[in-house]
Amino acid sequence: MSPTQQQIETARELLASLGAFGAHISGDDVAHLEVHGNEVVGAHLVPGLEVDAEQLDDGVEVHIRVKPGARIAKPIHFCFGMLPEEGLQHIVMDVEAGEDSYAAVQAHCTFPNAVDITHTMDAEVRLKPGATYEYFERHLHGREGGVIVVPKSKVYVGEGAHFKTEFELIKGQAGVIDFDYDVDCDAHSLLDMITRIWGRGKDRISVREAARLNGEDAHAVLQSHIAVKDEAVADVNNSLAANAAGARGHVDCKEIVQGAAVAKAVPIVEVRHPRAHVTHEAAIGSVDSKQLQTLMARGLDEDKATDLIIEALLG
Amino acid sequence: MGVLELKNVSLTLGGKPVLNDVTVDFWEGHVHALIGPNGAGKSTLASVIMGLPGYTDITGDILLDGERINDLPVHERARRGITLAWQEPARFEGLRVDRFVLAGAKDKSTDTARRVLARVGLDPDKYMQRAVDRTLSGGERKRIELASILAMEPRIVLMDEPDSGIDVEALGRMFDVLVDFKERGATVVMITHSEEVLKHAEHAFLMCNGTILDKGPVDRIDGYFAGHCMPCGHTNEPDAGELQGAFE
Ligand SMILES: Nc1ncnc2c1ncn2[C@@H]1O[C@H](COP(=O)(O)OP(=O)(O)OP(=O)(O)O)[C@@H](O)[C@H]1O
Ligand SMILES: [Mg+2]
Repeated sequence: MSPTQQQIETARELLASLGAFGAHISGDDVAHLEVHGNEVVGAHLVPGLEVDAEQLDDGVEVHIRVKPGARIAKPIHFCFGMLPEEGLQHIVMDVEAGEDSYAAVQAHCTFPNAVDITHTMDAEVRLKPGATYEYFERHLHGREGGVIVVPKSKVYVGEGAHFKTEFELIKGQAGVIDFDYDVDCDAHSLLDMITRIWGRGKDRISVREAARLNGEDAHAVLQSHIAVKDEAVADVNNSLAANAAGARGHVDCKEIVQGAAVAKAVPIVEVRHPRAHVTHEAAIGSVDSKQLQTLMARGLDEDKATDLIIEALLG
Repeated sequence: MGVLELKNVSLTLGGKPVLNDVTVDFWEGHVHALIGPNGAGKSTLASVIMGLPGYTDITGDILLDGERINDLPVHERARRGITLAWQEPARFEGLRVDRFVLAGAKDKSTDTARRVLARVGLDPDKYMQRAVDRTLSGGERKRIELASILAMEPRIVLMDEPDSGIDVEALGRMFDVLVDFKERGATVVMITHSEEVLKHAEHAFLMCNGTILDKGPVDRIDGYFAGHCMPCGHTNEPDAGELQGAFE
């Protein structure tokens, strides 16, 4: 089914709102999918990748299969979003990365005009043995922060598989975020998870990253780097359990607090095998004074220096 | 008249006088060395000149081109050309070397970043994209800090122990950079415990117990390293009574 002129226009507008981030979505070898509200407005597939999208009342249900052994060379681009000021977008995502497959996804969620938008994502991701699946999600919100973002994922990382995921919300105002990722890891698997969020105004940020290392020699790193200013509130709960011999993990939570903002971090680490090992570090505080002084001694005023430090930390 | 002058500067920290009526001037386009034992007040003096938080509550005057700058915040002093290289440079998680180096640069082009990194002996292709974090060695961070100062084209450079923790090659580079600063007419103040660094200065100041004990040509002040410490009542060692108390 080829898209209508209206859909092509909407897809174009959606991608334009990504600025430079939308620039890579061209060429026959680049797979992409654009979803506006509850409508798929653009899509292109490449060999080794299957995508089925079903329309729901308030969103879409997307089934993604990376075929066993498929190596998808160029990142797959997803763009979810809504151009109007108000609305609801519910994405149900079901992903299966086949045995020994490789795929990297760059997802952009864009709500440039949001005044009152809710974006929820319910994902289940299964990595078959030996698969590598990378999922990078970047949010681009308007300045007013009228977005409620609720991403929830349940992930199974099979034996020897590698799941790498990043969630980034740095540009525009966060709004309300309720992030919840829960991961089970089999033997010899690798998990890398990082969330980077910059909250301002009256943003409310809640992050929960949880992983269980159930198989031997499974490794995980859970990171959250969060900065809050004005009256924003961030609440981070990271938990990592190592349940098998050789399982190793690290939880790293860094939060920078400015103004009247509030940040909380609760790292929970649990070890259920004498040959497992988990570490955690949590640092919450204002911007490091030596960093600040160094940049000020180069002529940056305090605000510019602070922004540079936070931007760098959030990467 | 010096480009930067301190007149009767005193500072008390934690109830203890740390700078005591310091009067010095630094000459435009000259390299100065500030030496003296641990705890003499050298780093404090640099912090006071830079106006770092905690070091601004002084008596006396700091004059730049004859104008009092006591009340200027750090970044305003930097914009007037004063900068400081820390003994132990800060780490910045995630901050790329090129962004750091160009943060205060006059000319913020990639070419500038490449040029200053090459000048301190770091291959721009290898370092530009790295982060100024714990993955860099201490010596690398010191070189990068020096590169960032070169890019800034400052008028007055305060360097706190520029030789500490760097290898022989980097030390040679540092001396080359001193020549760059001099050629641009910049004024350099190096704090050091090294006789070799001292020899690259034109004027030296000997500090002890918060005061400038002596100043003059390097070859004379150099006598301090030869063991002929100038007469000074101050000692860093505890007195006999204190020692006795410690072992009771
Ligand atoms: N914030 C502070 N509160 C109390 N005392 C301080 C403070 N900062 C420095 N001092 C004291 O001031 C004195 C001078 O310290 P300073 O760091 O300037 O010495 P220095 O000459 O640079 O020594 P070094 O060669 O060891 O680097 C020391 O006795 C130090 O303990
Ligand atoms: Mg010192």
